Amino acid sequence: MNDMRPIERMTNTEANKITAQDVNVFYGDTHAIKDVNVDIEDKTVTAFIGPSGCGKSTFLRCLNRMNDTIDVARVSGKILLDDEDIYDKAVDPVQLRAKVGMVFQKPNPFPKSIYDNVAYGPKIHGLARNKAELDEIVERALRRGAIWDEVKDRLDAPGTGLSGGQQQRLCIARAVATEPEVLLMDEPCSALDPIATAQVEELIDELRQNYSVVIVTHSMQQAARVSQKTAFFHLGSLVEFGETGTIFTNPSDPRTESYITGRIG
Amino acid sequence: MTDTSLTPPAGAAPRAKTSLLREDAHTSRRNAAEKRFRMYGLIAVMCGILALVMLLISIVNSGASAFRQSYVTLDVYLDEAKLDKKGERNLEDIKKVSTFGYSPLIKNAVLSAMEENGIVIEGLSDKEAGALISKEAPATLRYFVLDNPDAIGTTQTFTLLANGRVDGYFKDRVTMESAALDKNTSPEQLMLADAFLEAGVLENRFNWSFLTAPDASGQRPEAAGLGVAMLGSLYMMLIVLVCALPIGVAASIYLEEFAPKNWLTDLIEVNIANLAAVPSIVFGILGLAVFINFAGLPQSAPIVGGLVLTLMTLPTIIIATRASLKAVPPSIRDAALGVGASKTQSVFHHVLPLAAPGILTGTIIGLAQALGETAPLLLIGMVAFVREYPGSPPDGFFDPASALPVQIYNWTQRSDPAFVERASGAIIVLLVFLLCMNALAIFLRRRFERRW
Repeated sequence: MNDMRPIERMTNTEANKITAQDVNVFYGDTHAIKDVNVDIEDKTVTAFIGPSGCGKSTFLRCLNRMNDTIDVARVSGKILLDDEDIYDKAVDPVQLRAKVGMVFQKPNPFPKSIYDNVAYGPKIHGLARNKAELDEIVERALRRGAIWDEVKDRLDAPGTGLSGGQQQRLCIARAVATEPEVLLMDEPCSALDPIATAQVEELIDELRQNYSVVIVTHSMQQAARVSQKTAFFHLGSLVEFGETGTIFTNPSDPRTESYITGRIG
Repeated sequence: MTDTSLTPPAGAAPRAKTSLLREDAHTSRRNAAEKRFRMYGLIAVMCGILALVMLLISIVNSGASAFRQSYVTLDVYLDEAKLDKKGERNLEDIKKVSTFGYSPLIKNAVLSAMEENGIVIEGLSDKEAGALISKEAPATLRYFVLDNPDAIGTTQTFTLLANGRVDGYFKDRVTMESAALDKNTSPEQLMLADAFLEAGVLENRFNWSFLTAPDASGQRPEAAGLGVAMLGSLYMMLIVLVCALPIGVAASIYLEEFAPKNWLTDLIEVNIANLAAVPSIVFGILGLAVFINFAGLPQSAPIVGGLVLTLMTLPTIIIATRASLKAVPPSIRDAALGVGASKTQSVFHHVLPLAAPGILTGTIIGLAQALGETAPLLLIGMVAFVREYPGSPPDGFFDPASALPVQIYNWTQRSDPAFVERASGAIIVLLVFLLCMNALAIFLRRRFERRW
């Protein structure tokens, strides 16, 4: 990856995958997200950066309605996935989450075998008709998760027995096994060492071929390395959104500049 | 407190230079406090252990002898003239002979055994000799004859219970002095027992019938057993398990995972906690009012006892289950939801298996608690004297039965000192059951606990 020259890595698609319009999120009385409008493109890595507590994770969790599990959270506005409002009453969040997969901050494999971890999603969505098909799906997902070579001989071993970086790649494999269209990643490398981080970043770049990836990160270097588009959040508002290169080299908003240069955050 | 003095206030004199090799006053005070606290802890643990040891010793001391019993082996001539005067072997005629008709046969058998072994005891009347054998023995004989009418007229060998006083003599409960004052026995009878023991007619051996026999009346402590009580307790535990586990687990899953957090669920939560603190006798009154008076279920039946104990056990199971559901890390739920599992799928595929060891442990602890519960059972009539075994389930759930703790309570009420031994023996049995259940709980937790 040519992480030093992010400006050269332009996006190659114009199609919008997710469009957010005037999204507001409240946690009880707290106004966590304020009027966010953003377009997330297909086959692009979009990074959300910003200081802690700025709402980037909250917004990410809106994109596959994981906030539904929090009783006090309330979402208003529209989020369109392929021009369909995911907060429409007719939408089943379970169906939505099959299309919009998620990888979490802390690697959280199920306390089951590596195989079962990956096979679980395809099983509950009925993607495989028989064992052979399921085997194939599992292998493909593990290959995409760039972990196949390390675990192919011990698919029956518990997923929790892997190292942190392997666990996170297993979680990514688990997320891609259901063939999602969008992959949300909430600080996927914050619990990993630099080598594992590099592996995961490389993987994210490969995943861009097939998916639209949205990644929340605390590390600006990481955002600069892996993303094509960057959104800067501050105090619940989207301050600036644009090409990663532009954001990092020539930000238009003074707050973005202060954050990138390390004066706030 | 002491911690605040760690940073000297501004303007105070700079800290004096001290040697690390010498304990300063502050440190030695802290160390002394720590040593004191450790000692308090040690003393507390000792007190607990001492109490436990004393309890076990006293119970085992007075109860272990319940597992040994004196038996007399006699050749009894089943006299046709007494048992079947008409000689027709008509069962209806044989039934007319009550246990009183069998007593002379036993007396004769004892006398002939004395004769056979050449035992002569001065001052022993024939009646006293016959009374060496338990009053339970005629019934044993009668049941045998009713089952085998053809045996009338022959001589059969029976192993019969010795009288409770004689049994007590071999357990040092009865002495020659106390026997002299006792109208139920006499020193001569005890001498006969000694002679029989020497001749091998009487033997002391392990008392299986203590575990299998039904209760017996106050005059026959030697025949009293725990069979009906254990069966009743077992039936009740089955009912509690079948009712309380699904209801408790379903309620906790709903409350923990699905229910909205509002004042109503808060109220329910507070009430479940309160329910756990309700005195058990109150549940007994509830059972009496609802299950017996209103629903019309039979008294003394395991079904009523089981339902009452279910009500008692529910809060325990719900609290334990909710605690173990809470202990499952939310990341597992997120992971399941993240790959598109529904809420129910995430609970049943991932959360519940992880919570299962805790749920099982809580259930078994709840069951153990229910097994030892006495008060509610007294109110629903399980304290009754029950001599018949309950039938096999499910009909047996409606038959009268006893329960272990109630049997213990019952026996401690009786006047014959032999029942003290029986009650302690029953406590040992109950404790063994509780120990087994707790061991099972620990085993299951170890076996199924998974790391994440």
